[in-house]
Amino acid sequence: MSMAMQRVTGAEPQDMVHAPDGMAATMNTVFVPAREDAAGVPMRTMEIGTSLFFAAAGAVAIWDSARIGAGWGADGPQSGYFPFWIGVLLVLAATFNLVGVARATTPRRPVEVPMFLTWEQARTVATVFIPTTIFVAAVPFTGIYVASALLVAWFMSRLGEFSLTRAVPAGVAAALVTFVVFETWFLVALPKGPVETFLGF
Amino acid sequence: MEELGLLMQGFGVALQPENIVLMIAGITLGVLIGVLPGLGGANGIAILLPLTFAMSPVSAVIMLSCIYWGALFGGAITSILFNIPGEPWSVATTFDGYPMAQQGRAGEALTAAFTSSFVGALVAVVMITFIAPVVAQFALNFGPPEFFAVLFLSFAAFVGMGRGSPVKTLMSMMFGFLLAAVGMDAMTGQLRMTFGEPELMRGFDFLVAVIGLFGVSEILSSIEDGLRFKGQKAKIDMAVVLRTWRELPRHWAISVRSSLVGCWMGITPAGATPASFMSYGIARRISKHREDFGKGRIEGVIAPETAAHAAGTSALLPMLTLGVPGSPTAAVLLGGLIMWGLQPGPMLFVEQKDFVWGLIASMYLGNVVGLIIVLVAVPWFAAILRVPFSIIAALILVVCAIGAFTVNNATFDIALMLVFGIIGYVLKKLDYPLAPLVLALVLGDRTEEAFRQSLLVSGGEMSIFFSSWLSTGIMTAGIALLIYPLWGMIRGGGKPATAA
Repeated sequence: MSMAMQRVTGAEPQDMVHAPDGMAATMNTVFVPAREDAAGVPMRTMEIGTSLFFAAAGAVAIWDSARIGAGWGADGPQSGYFPFWIGVLLVLAATFNLVGVARATTPRRPVEVPMFLTWEQARTVATVFIPTTIFVAAVPFTGIYVASALLVAWFMSRLGEFSLTRAVPAGVAAALVTFVVFETWFLVALPKGPVETFLGF
Repeated sequence: MEELGLLMQGFGVALQPENIVLMIAGITLGVLIGVLPGLGGANGIAILLPLTFAMSPVSAVIMLSCIYWGALFGGAITSILFNIPGEPWSVATTFDGYPMAQQGRAGEALTAAFTSSFVGALVAVVMITFIAPVVAQFALNFGPPEFFAVLFLSFAAFVGMGRGSPVKTLMSMMFGFLLAAVGMDAMTGQLRMTFGEPELMRGFDFLVAVIGLFGVSEILSSIEDGLRFKGQKAKIDMAVVLRTWRELPRHWAISVRSSLVGCWMGITPAGATPASFMSYGIARRISKHREDFGKGRIEGVIAPETAAHAAGTSALLPMLTLGVPGSPTAAVLLGGLIMWGLQPGPMLFVEQKDFVWGLIASMYLGNVVGLIIVLVAVPWFAAILRVPFSIIAALILVVCAIGAFTVNNATFDIALMLVFGIIGYVLKKLDYPLAPLVLALVLGDRTEEAFRQSLLVSGGEMSIFFSSWLSTGIMTAGIALLIYPLWGMIRGGGKPATAA
């Protein structure tokens, strides 16, 4: 379950804190969980980065709107009028957020720094993200069917520990089903590559 | 009782055999979508929307709205059996639903959840039947200032009533407006923020954004902790259903209260998620067995499920009558209306009676069909989560890519989807709400149009938004909602809310 989902409310039932050996911690037990994977990208860094990104997006909008005219033209508000003020609001909100993050006190012990993503998690996410990026990049060249077959086979063999003799046929089957459903059933043409051309589609 | 006559006419449309088939298909697909991680109501519908072009608008909307009802039902299954909220609005259902399942009372919890969902939806549909025509009639007199005021109020409601930081809500929303502005300005033909890039001339399609924000990002965050589904067994037999049904009427007060909370929160775009939390909170506060909540009380399942389903359903009321959707999923459906060549808003009730009443009638039927399907088929739906994640994740990513491509037949959109996936992943982890972003992206052009048309009429005077009592009232309410969190910040000793 993702962190965001867990933190949505204050109304969750409060569970007793348990030490790793399963004993309930008493009131005056100081329990610091041993965490070997605490290193990573701190929440604060991402928070600042995101605010800067939004501020930059707002600044770009202001600049481009000013370029095409953000005032009052002969026929009413100019094209840049609305995005200009949206950009201003975005920059203001981002700045406000940035100030808030900057003013928030840093935790005393480094162990308590809230992590956006530990390196351990980053590695796991990368195992999904990198193949997906390659898949997206490959679609214009190989078509979607070949790329999909490869993606399914890769995920199954690498993430799911299936043998290649099971993963590859499964990938091909997934691509074939997709082909039948979209090309013949829904009559939607999806991107095709050299393999489909060779087969005469 | 003109509505009843029109409703009967609507049933005539909805009961056509092909529409019933689409209804059953939609519900089944919807439950599936609700159960799977990375596919939810909003992006499930976004993916399927391009495939409905060939259908008649009524059939298309019946199928897509049934996917929505199905997804609402499906969220409960994973919450109760796996402690995984398939949808954000079913988070509150996990609090008592999962403990019940752990105690071997999964069947009872599921029956209670599905039945409550049904009750909540039914109350909301009855409300839509009788209130929507009145609202639409009323809205026929709206001019651009009033429309802008309504849109302003909807967006202000996110800031004022959202659960997260108001500043983050504002940022997310403004970013959505900016994305909406990219491309050709519909009023002057001027290109905006395209920087000479031809792919950007189309602008950002909200369907692509929704698929990335809710689909791809969900896959990324699910894998983060090495997802393993560990679920409780689901078995529902008739005896359990009947026993639970005998018990449910005792909790009628909770149902009524939660339905009302849900209907109200659904109409204002605060949405189903806060409605479910709020009504769980109220049920707990009022209960005599307060300390037992979170340990498997049936009320803790009834309250959030009733509210979430009532809110999800009533989110369609402002979408149909004003063209202002109350939830991301309703926003996607609104996008569908535009694609099918219908003009959302009050004129729909005048010009497209068959469409509107066919849809409303299908809501009654769809929820009955949905209740039966989920009660019968729960074990099969739960079995889907026993399929290894490596297979599910790959297939969902492929389906998302196909969905993004079919919107405009552009491979560029697949790359865009991935970018939105990253944005959604980061924003979600930093507690930025995504719903305002999506709604601003969908409604950006209409908001701007209403704003500019108003200013055209007044010759640039902002006072036009306060020229009639109606727009003044709505604008004042909106401003009050915007100021409300500011007030909280001042009272809280000037601490910015971002610290949370």
